[in-house]
Amino acid sequence: MTRPRHFALGTLALGIASLFAQGAAQAAGTLVYCSEGSPEGFDPAPWTAGTTFDASAKNVYNRLVEFDRGTTNVVPGVAKEWTVSDDGLEYTFTLREGVKFQTTDFFTPTRDMNAEDVVFTFDRQGNTDNPYFDYVGGQWEYYNGMSMPDLISSIEAVDDMTVKFTLTRPEAPMIANLAMDFASILSKEYADAMMEAGTPEMLNQQPIGTGPFAFQAYQKDAVIRYLPHAEYWNGPSDLDALIFAITPDASVRYQKLKAGECHVMPYPNPADVAEMKAEEGIEVLEQEGLNVGYLAYNTQVAPFDNVNVRKALNMAIDKQAILDVVFQGAGTIAKNPIPPTIWSYNEAIADDAYDPEKAKEMLVAEGVDGLDMKIWAMPVQRPYNPNARRMAEVMQADLAKVDVNVEIVSYEWAEYLDKSKEVGRDGAVLLGWTGDNGDPDNFLAVLLGCDAVGGSNRAQWCHQPFEDLIQQAKLVSDQDERTALYEQAQTVFKEQAPWDTIAHSVVQVPVRSEVEDFRIDPFGGFIFHGVSLAD
Amino acid sequence: MFGYLLRRLGTFVPTFIGVSLVSFLFIRLLPGDPIMLMAGERGMSDERYSALLTQFGYDQPIYLQYWDYVVGILQGDLGVSFKTKRPVWDEFFALFPATLELSVCAMAFALLLGLPAGIVAAVNRGKWPDQLLMSTALVGYSMPIFWWALLLIIYFSGVLGWTPVSGRMSLQYFFPSGTGFMLIDSLVSGQKGAFSSAVQHLILPTIVLGTIPLAVIARQTRSAMLEVLGEDYVRTARAKGLSSLRINGLHALRNAMIPVITVIGLQVGTLMAGAILTETIFSWPGIGKWIVDAIGSRDYTTVQGGLLMIALIVMVVNLFVDITYGFINPKIRAR
Repeated sequence: MTRPRHFALGTLALGIASLFAQGAAQAAGTLVYCSEGSPEGFDPAPWTAGTTFDASAKNVYNRLVEFDRGTTNVVPGVAKEWTVSDDGLEYTFTLREGVKFQTTDFFTPTRDMNAEDVVFTFDRQGNTDNPYFDYVGGQWEYYNGMSMPDLISSIEAVDDMTVKFTLTRPEAPMIANLAMDFASILSKEYADAMMEAGTPEMLNQQPIGTGPFAFQAYQKDAVIRYLPHAEYWNGPSDLDALIFAITPDASVRYQKLKAGECHVMPYPNPADVAEMKAEEGIEVLEQEGLNVGYLAYNTQVAPFDNVNVRKALNMAIDKQAILDVVFQGAGTIAKNPIPPTIWSYNEAIADDAYDPEKAKEMLVAEGVDGLDMKIWAMPVQRPYNPNARRMAEVMQADLAKVDVNVEIVSYEWAEYLDKSKEVGRDGAVLLGWTGDNGDPDNFLAVLLGCDAVGGSNRAQWCHQPFEDLIQQAKLVSDQDERTALYEQAQTVFKEQAPWDTIAHSVVQVPVRSEVEDFRIDPFGGFIFHGVSLAD
Repeated sequence: MFGYLLRRLGTFVPTFIGVSLVSFLFIRLLPGDPIMLMAGERGMSDERYSALLTQFGYDQPIYLQYWDYVVGILQGDLGVSFKTKRPVWDEFFALFPATLELSVCAMAFALLLGLPAGIVAAVNRGKWPDQLLMSTALVGYSMPIFWWALLLIIYFSGVLGWTPVSGRMSLQYFFPSGTGFMLIDSLVSGQKGAFSSAVQHLILPTIVLGTIPLAVIARQTRSAMLEVLGEDYVRTARAKGLSSLRINGLHALRNAMIPVITVIGLQVGTLMAGAILTETIFSWPGIGKWIVDAIGSRDYTTVQGGLLMIALIVMVVNLFVDITYGFINPKIRAR
């Protein structure tokens, strides 16, 4: 009777021991990125989340033009050069020869990238007759958000290697728009093959691009796997593989980074950053974000229609205190509506001094002593404002010192976005903006242009001198000329103070020390081409 | 028994209708809509907004939207996720096995430890084993899941390195997800070390998710046992000289099981709720996190479909619980 029992115990012991047996080690050159969420899909154009772009546009695809890694400078992508006609209406791109689409388990391309692919990429977003227009709901959010339907008159393949965009009006930021994620070039051959196979949704589920990493597999909400594209036109990656390990919680991402289970992670907990900096084996990279957080007064409602009142209120708010308390150091004070990382930033402008005495005098002089006002605080964390409620409280305390009585109001996020647009809105609203394309127009026109009143222009501010400058800058192609115009525009903005510009947040990316040449993307993306792992 | 079953099934239909109504209305009562959220700080023109509202059918009167939803359910179509444009049904089944696997393990953990703990506590009532076990259960019940999980990760995965930090499987293993149950798929794959990796990844999440049900089952078992142990027939059995093991394990436990089984059935609801937090912390790709994200982005179809499916599961489990009653307690099936 004892033998079977011994046997059973022995097997049990062996079983338990085998539980802790290790399999083959991970390939040394596999980079693991602990991503914060799941992509909406792998065709970048229908979607808007940064998480989606990291998983698709930034690593699997290329665009005609691109942002030089780590900067907002536009450089050639799969188009090697381009010309703009004198009237600013025609953009002609010459494509690079020999750009290869990825070969994977599920698709083998038979030809290189050509003009047909470019035309398809945009046609599917703008042309309701294109069979792919509706294939994932048809909402092409950025194509519409950047006004492409009004702007583009036609796109044609002049020949195999040349594409011409004809616009309805001159728009200097157009080149920067074409560097955005929604303009990622897809394979028409693949699209046609999937349509014929009756599975068009595969274009969005199993992507094919020309970029440095080819999609291998996606386990929903868990892991995305990529292999380097051996024939990448811009130099194949050194890595053996790229893996996105989806890890929604920031503290857990940190634990994984510490344990070496991932090499790069986004969005650390501000509270963990100090420890990370001290931790051996981890480096925290930092860069100013392409964003601005602001307090927008309603310039159409008294007394905020009075520029002296706005200026006075600006002078009563202690931005350094806000930086310390709310950003915990992960930010810089904003004096202009665009961040320093964008060309034409006007360094010469002096910020409103923090001077509560003077502020009180000015308010009294304008007859608004003892003002009651509302400040709207966002209920969610945003890249440009980690804690709006806290920020509002600091402002409330500051303004109390100049006899301004602030009531803090808040709404649920979707409602907040909706209600804050109203022209008759009661109160100053805390909000912000992250740049889409590194062009000053993307901040100044979108947030402060006359057209945007009642929409994204939360200050409801329409000021002709400013408007003239930014409209002029849209028409001109020469960057030096545009720079001069935008610098003037920033001066006008400062004089008129429709906002109190608060801060630009600093993006912090913790990486393991063996990661080489990872650069923070000003647009908040995670790009792995050019990154390698030290042995 | 048959009549009993029929009656129980009969309550399914009104319950189902009620759940479909609640899941439909609840998400729409929250301010904001998915289109506005998608537009973000940029916003969109009023024309575009109206066009999109119409495209997705959100401008229709609410009773019509509900009607479309119900007709869809009856045809087995839960609609398409607003976020990913993929069928809600497909997304649910892609993610559900992970939640199921974790819940089953957590429930097994809770039962394997909770039942004996409750019995031992009941039999030693008032003495130190009872006090120790019950205060431990109280602590387990009171601990916030998030905090408990982080504590375990920091200590066991971080400091000691005994367990992996998060996820279902070590990244070096790559195999097709046939059933979606990592324990099965890893065995089938034949890759050396894959199965043990699956088990290791299950350890901490199971403990975390199973802690509250464990505490509840322990306490419930204890009180049910105490009640039964005080009964006359138990006293008689003791007087007849039966061994404690036979009394406690057979006679007493069997009769104490009814309230305990009820609790088990109800704990399925707790598991689904706890799964949300556990899944977030352990990067466990299940339905809990999926639904929470959908609520945040006002993904109406996902929330409706997901809540409906969860309610269905809870109803089915409780149906089984009630059937089990019928077997355990003859008095019930005679009714």
